[in-house]
Amino acid sequence: MMKLSKYVLYDILRSKIILGYTLFLFIVSFSMFQMEENSSKAILSLLNIVLIVLPLVSLVFTTIHYYNSYEFIELMSSQPMSRTRILLSEFTGVSISLLTAFLIGVGIPVLIYEANETGFALLFTGMSLTLVFTSIAFLASVVARDKARGIGFALLLWFYFALIYDGLVLLILFSFSEYPLEKLTLLLSALNPIDLGRIFIMLKMDVSALMGYTGALYKDFFGSGTGIIFTTGIMLLWILLPLWLAVKKFSKKDL
Amino acid sequence: MIRIENIYKRFRKLQVLEDISATFSRGQVISLIGPNGSGKTTLIKSILGMVRPNCGKILVDDQLINGDPSYREKIGYMPQIGRYPDNMKVGQLFQMLQNIRNIPDIKLDKALVVGFELEKIFQKPMRTLSGGTRQKVSAAIAFLFDSPILILDEPTAGLDPLASEILKEKILTEKKKNKLILITSHILSDLDEITTHIMYMQEGRMQFFKDIETLQEETGELRLGKAIAKIMRGEPSSSEWIGKMLEIKTDDKNY
Amino acid sequence: MNYTKRSGNVRLTLTIWLISICTTSFSTTIIVGSNQPVRSLKKAIETAKDKDTILLQSGIYKEGPIIITRPLTIIGQNDPVLDGENKFEILLISGRDITIKGIHFRNSGYSAMNDYASIKLVDASNIKLENNIITGAYFAIHISNTSYATVRNNNIIGNPRSEQLTGNAIHLWKSNHALIEKNHVQGHRDGIYFEFVTFSTIRYNLSEKNIRYGLHFMFSNDDTYLGNTFRNNGAGVAVMYSKKVKMENNHFEQNWGPSAYGILLKEISDSYIVHNTFLKNTVGIYFEGTSRIEIEKNIFIENGWALKVQANCEENNFHHNNFTGNSFDVGTNGSISLNNFHHNYWDKYEGYDINKDGMGDIAYHPVSMYSMIIEQNPYALMLFRSFTVQLLDKAEKAIPSLTPENLIDKKPLMKSLKL
Repeated sequence: MMKLSKYVLYDILRSKIILGYTLFLFIVSFSMFQMEENSSKAILSLLNIVLIVLPLVSLVFTTIHYYNSYEFIELMSSQPMSRTRILLSEFTGVSISLLTAFLIGVGIPVLIYEANETGFALLFTGMSLTLVFTSIAFLASVVARDKARGIGFALLLWFYFALIYDGLVLLILFSFSEYPLEKLTLLLSALNPIDLGRIFIMLKMDVSALMGYTGALYKDFFGSGTGIIFTTGIMLLWILLPLWLAVKKFSKKDL
Repeated sequence: MIRIENIYKRFRKLQVLEDISATFSRGQVISLIGPNGSGKTTLIKSILGMVRPNCGKILVDDQLINGDPSYREKIGYMPQIGRYPDNMKVGQLFQMLQNIRNIPDIKLDKALVVGFELEKIFQKPMRTLSGGTRQKVSAAIAFLFDSPILILDEPTAGLDPLASEILKEKILTEKKKNKLILITSHILSDLDEITTHIMYMQEGRMQFFKDIETLQEETGELRLGKAIAKIMRGEPSSSEWIGKMLEIKTDDKNY
Repeated sequence: MNYTKRSGNVRLTLTIWLISICTTSFSTTIIVGSNQPVRSLKKAIETAKDKDTILLQSGIYKEGPIIITRPLTIIGQNDPVLDGENKFEILLISGRDITIKGIHFRNSGYSAMNDYASIKLVDASNIKLENNIITGAYFAIHISNTSYATVRNNNIIGNPRSEQLTGNAIHLWKSNHALIEKNHVQGHRDGIYFEFVTFSTIRYNLSEKNIRYGLHFMFSNDDTYLGNTFRNNGAGVAVMYSKKVKMENNHFEQNWGPSAYGILLKEISDSYIVHNTFLKNTVGIYFEGTSRIEIEKNIFIENGWALKVQANCEENNFHHNNFTGNSFDVGTNGSISLNNFHHNYWDKYEGYDINKDGMGDIAYHPVSMYSMIIEQNPYALMLFRSFTVQLLDKAEKAIPSLTPENLIDKKPLMKSLKL
């Protein structure tokens, strides 16, 4: 697998977009920590980057990369190499480069200024979301017929996961406020990787508030070992399921 | 070497291939000709496994192609449009393909690499190359592994006359090694001298597949273009294209 | 004749004086131990005269309830253990001038009817309880109707069971002028319990991991507590139905739960809350029916809600406090506010200080819309910090509709205070 993905990685790491993305993350993170008097506020701003910018960039970059590499992917598929290997190599290359950008751009400042539980939760969530949305973007690209549709589809997905979903959840919570909703909120949070990641960070950052209302649920669940396994497991599912579907679709697809 | 049995391919409403059957053997140089959208590229993509026919069988060396990519070790392929990762260096592309095929240096056929003087640009990233140079790279790749089957999609399009001549010489050399060479083109100009067989396609159907001698005998024409034109005459839909093809032929003569 | 008579008089007075010296200043010390003539503490107390000292040597004593009514000092040497065998109250004290030091009280009994305690003080005064260890008690120290009790340097560790099966660690009822100092209490129902206790001081104690309150304080006026740490108690600290209470330099930490507070204030008036630190509590201070309280120079860090001020509070002054890293700064249940906020530092403040007077030019609204929403629907906390919610909050800031309009800090500080 590395035979192909190392070249994909080499190519992307030299692309101006990835360099710009890394630089953007790095400058924003550093200046947040520098500007704010206390780091909790900087972490709050970084939270927005992780929850909003990261999924968007992962989706759009991956989709564009896929379509720009289309002819190359075609050439690769004329070589004695299975489709599965080709797509997984592309995924490996893209995800490693996006992760590298994130770890340099956000990871280093966080390790310098905020190397604590909240900081690590932020990095964990950022890495997970990068992988999840790279995987989703591959699925979107493989399914969509052309570049414009692919990018449109990716943007729509981002819009859904970052904004619309939470609005819907709010609507549900208020429509059924008479009922016990503990289990439902748990389920709803698992159905959106951004929410899951956000709650994982909140559990470190807003533990005091969380203990207030849904104390039993969140503490027992997310705070415990099973919670961490659950979070990691669901995130893994969010990475693997779209990727698996993408590979399946790609193997049958006419190039 | 390649046996095609009753393959059909439909892209949504468009029937691209309809009941194609043919057998290609060693030592043949087959010109696959037909107007744009006649299904030539789809046919060779089917052979390469890039397009999955709706029904029918394709066998390469009596081996049914069904997902196992190993048969493609026998094929060298030159795509119609060669686009490569922007930041990948020319040398890296060769190295990568060599890695994938796992073939030692001494077994490589570097004739075109030398002929096109590609070693000079091994350190250049792909994005800096002109279309013609990329086409040279594509050609060099196709011949690199001394594969017994060569599939060339519009090989001379975009090449300057000198490079075109070098490529033709190379095809001729390979022909003498008793290889199977499949060339698509919608312009006949360059192919006369090397072609042994003509396969003519139109609207997804194979109109005929004959060797040159038979063609010449049947039509009494020595020139390929005229021979085909004679066969096709009476079919109004194709006459326009043939006329155009002949026109190009005359232009060539004027040079 | 005259002379002898006078000298006889002198001799008599001298003798009386000497006798009195022997009985008062040269009080005896009784040693109790397995190798000593006196092996039982009970026996020693029976035989001891007023103001004697009893030295209790190390060993385990199982003597049932022991009663002290006379002025005595009992000092443990090398941690002697008085064992209540899970049946008895161990020490009952009533009287004055009694000191108990350096003894380990263990496994006193439990009763559903009575407040069984390891050490119980009833109708006493001037009592000192110092350097004792109390483990496995129902109530550890139970004081009622007592004045001038000093409880110092005791280490009290309970086995927390249910709220009903566990008593308070240091329990005072109807007492005055008590000093509760430098004790470590944990694992009881309430760490320190005050009811009808006046003119008393609670200082430098550590009260943690109690089932209910670290400090429970009711109908107790004119008291001071300072320098205490209340950590990780089921419901934090409750101060209710009292006046003129001073709370200074205390630490309230990690009091987590649906009804846990750094401090729960209910019906409190004319009090001071100064220089305290509230760290990681679900609610820093909860105000219900309070009036005329000065809340100044406190630090609120990483609480769920730094303050929750119910609408029935009035004339409370919140000023010169630091609010940093709290999920919500202020929560409230109504749309009006009769309290004053000024000169606080809020890390969430986003205004500017163009005239450079150290204060922001526009007022700060410490109540966010989403805290109002969560007040109505707790499960909505799940969406806190999501992009959607942030947009809602921003919209509310522009056009306030849900949040109380006059709950504002008109002069928010641009830089945090050095506290």
